[in-house]
Amino acid sequence: MKMAQNGSSFSELIRNAVEDWIIIPGKIIARNKRGLVGLIIALGYLFVGIVGTHIIQEPQSFTCIPYEPPSILKWPPSFEHPLGCDYIGTDILAQIVYGTPIVLQIALTAGLITTIIGVLVGLTAGFKGGMVDTVLTGITQIIMTIPGLPLIIVLSTVIRTYQPWTIGALIAIRWWTGLAMSIRSQVLSIKQRDFIEAAKVLGMKTHHIILREIMPNLISYIAINFVFAAVGAIYASVGLYFLGVLPISTYNWGVMLNMAYKQAGGGASVAALHYFLAPILAIVLLQTGLILLTYALDEVFNPRIRTEVS
Amino acid sequence: MDGSSSALKGYMPVLKWFTKRLLIALITIYFAVTLSFFVVKAMPGDPVQALIQMFVSQYYMDYDSAKSLAEAAAPFIPKGSVLHQYISYLISFLHGNLGVSISYSTGTPVKDLLIQSIPWTVLVVGSALIISFAIGILIGTGMAYVHGSKIDSFLAVFFSVIRSIPEYVVALVLLIVFGFHFKWFPTRGAYSPNVTPGFNLPFIKDVLKHAALPILSWVIVHVSGWALSMRASTVTVLGEDYITYAKIRGLPSRRILVSYIGKNAILPLFTSFMLSIGFMFGGSVFIEYIFAYPGVGNLLYQAITMRDTYLMLGVFNIIIVAVVISALIADILYGVIDPRIRRGA
Repeated sequence: MKMAQNGSSFSELIRNAVEDWIIIPGKIIARNKRGLVGLIIALGYLFVGIVGTHIIQEPQSFTCIPYEPPSILKWPPSFEHPLGCDYIGTDILAQIVYGTPIVLQIALTAGLITTIIGVLVGLTAGFKGGMVDTVLTGITQIIMTIPGLPLIIVLSTVIRTYQPWTIGALIAIRWWTGLAMSIRSQVLSIKQRDFIEAAKVLGMKTHHIILREIMPNLISYIAINFVFAAVGAIYASVGLYFLGVLPISTYNWGVMLNMAYKQAGGGASVAALHYFLAPILAIVLLQTGLILLTYALDEVFNPRIRTEVS
Repeated sequence: MDGSSSALKGYMPVLKWFTKRLLIALITIYFAVTLSFFVVKAMPGDPVQALIQMFVSQYYMDYDSAKSLAEAAAPFIPKGSVLHQYISYLISFLHGNLGVSISYSTGTPVKDLLIQSIPWTVLVVGSALIISFAIGILIGTGMAYVHGSKIDSFLAVFFSVIRSIPEYVVALVLLIVFGFHFKWFPTRGAYSPNVTPGFNLPFIKDVLKHAALPILSWVIVHVSGWALSMRASTVTVLGEDYITYAKIRGLPSRRILVSYIGKNAILPLFTSFMLSIGFMFGGSVFIEYIFAYPGVGNLLYQAITMRDTYLMLGVFNIIIVAVVISALIADILYGVIDPRIRRGA
């Protein structure tokens, strides 16, 4: 009897979780055209990043027939090679697919670390106030002033790593500061409101106040900034690979851009545009999808719209 | 007597605020200089060996000539413990001496290299900033006037997507289309070798032609940010009571637009305008690399690929100083411009 009850409450838990995290957000995003397009694009990249490398053969140089080096003009897009081949006869589509996982891993890591540090620092500074606030704000403002890109470039020459996780962390080093400062000021203003006072008077524990009373007000802002951090990380990491500052171990959009750039200097022009366009479109489409997704995220976490939908 | 003491009292908080602000700026610079020094010094490997490797891999030299060249640079590589090097670097930094480059032409003071490259970056970044700010303000105001309309919401989405496109992508597209394909603009450098630098018309024309694509790349990416900020700011101002009152008073709409709405809406954007100056300095690496433009960003790139420690430090620190100073000026000027803050302080 008890077992059965446990079972039913467990399945209810699952059902509620699915309702809360999949069905309601799904319904809201489906209503929001921009958000829907963004979600489809983002999921598409996720699919390519996870499954694509298992479906498509690993790109190999000198495999596009007929091989006649070294001109890219030989291999415009064709049925066999939808995006054409590069100047040493490597399929471009396969290169894009094999370059996707590393970009997504870096974006995810940078987004997570940025969000975690930003939220922790912002919440602590805003909620505790006093000396803690002064010190945390001071440190954050100093780090904020250091220009991000040169810092990451200099750091990446020292920490020479192939690991996407480490590169993501490297990029997050400075990106969290903006989030921390805006979370702090939002906490400061929420702290003044009546319902927080009421919770305090009722003797609620600090963690309850932070998690149940303050966080729900911030969650959509945090989610949107997670996506912005990911967008920033994609910008920075592809750019660093393009500059050739980061060591490479696999196929990579930034490296493709750089190869195309160096080839372009050698007289190839618009006829070889397909080599350029592939990585450029890969980046721009991903960034666009993520930005469009943020338009729906705001609504997904809005309690009023949630009840409206359910 | 009474008057002067109250005037002094009025200035005391300002002075106190200024001192605090200056202190933070100095701490930031010190912190950044220290951090970058130890990070760069943590680079693994013997500098002479690294230099030999670099000459071989970058310039395809044979080992012996690379070795003799690297050993020629050896006397310029600072010796002693890292702490000792750090202290002597700090002291010479305060004297405006940034050490010497070991890669460029061995022994060239880093300061000289910086002095050559800073004006180019200022030219490109400065004009791009002013142009994009001006266009962004106009578009943003226009959007605010029709806010809520179809065209406004379309432009809002359009600009926020454009803003997320990396400037190196824009620069590459411009380079291929207008540089390589149509050949309307030169593809690399700051001026052609056949003009004589100086204050003459051919040189100025040539410089502007070279700067056009780098500036355009910045402008395309940055206009959207300014337009969106200006739109948000103007929408807020439009809702203020004094605008309604000015309309009721029957003031000419031109006057309302310029001195009531425009002024108050631009004010909040001013701080980010000043801050952008510093940050664009730091962000100029990509664009200057793509157009082989001899500015600060390109210098940083060269220093990194050649593992030129002091050049790297010099560029990094000069960018920090630029950012900190522009932030400081932004804060001070903001106080001067905004009467509420001026009186409140």
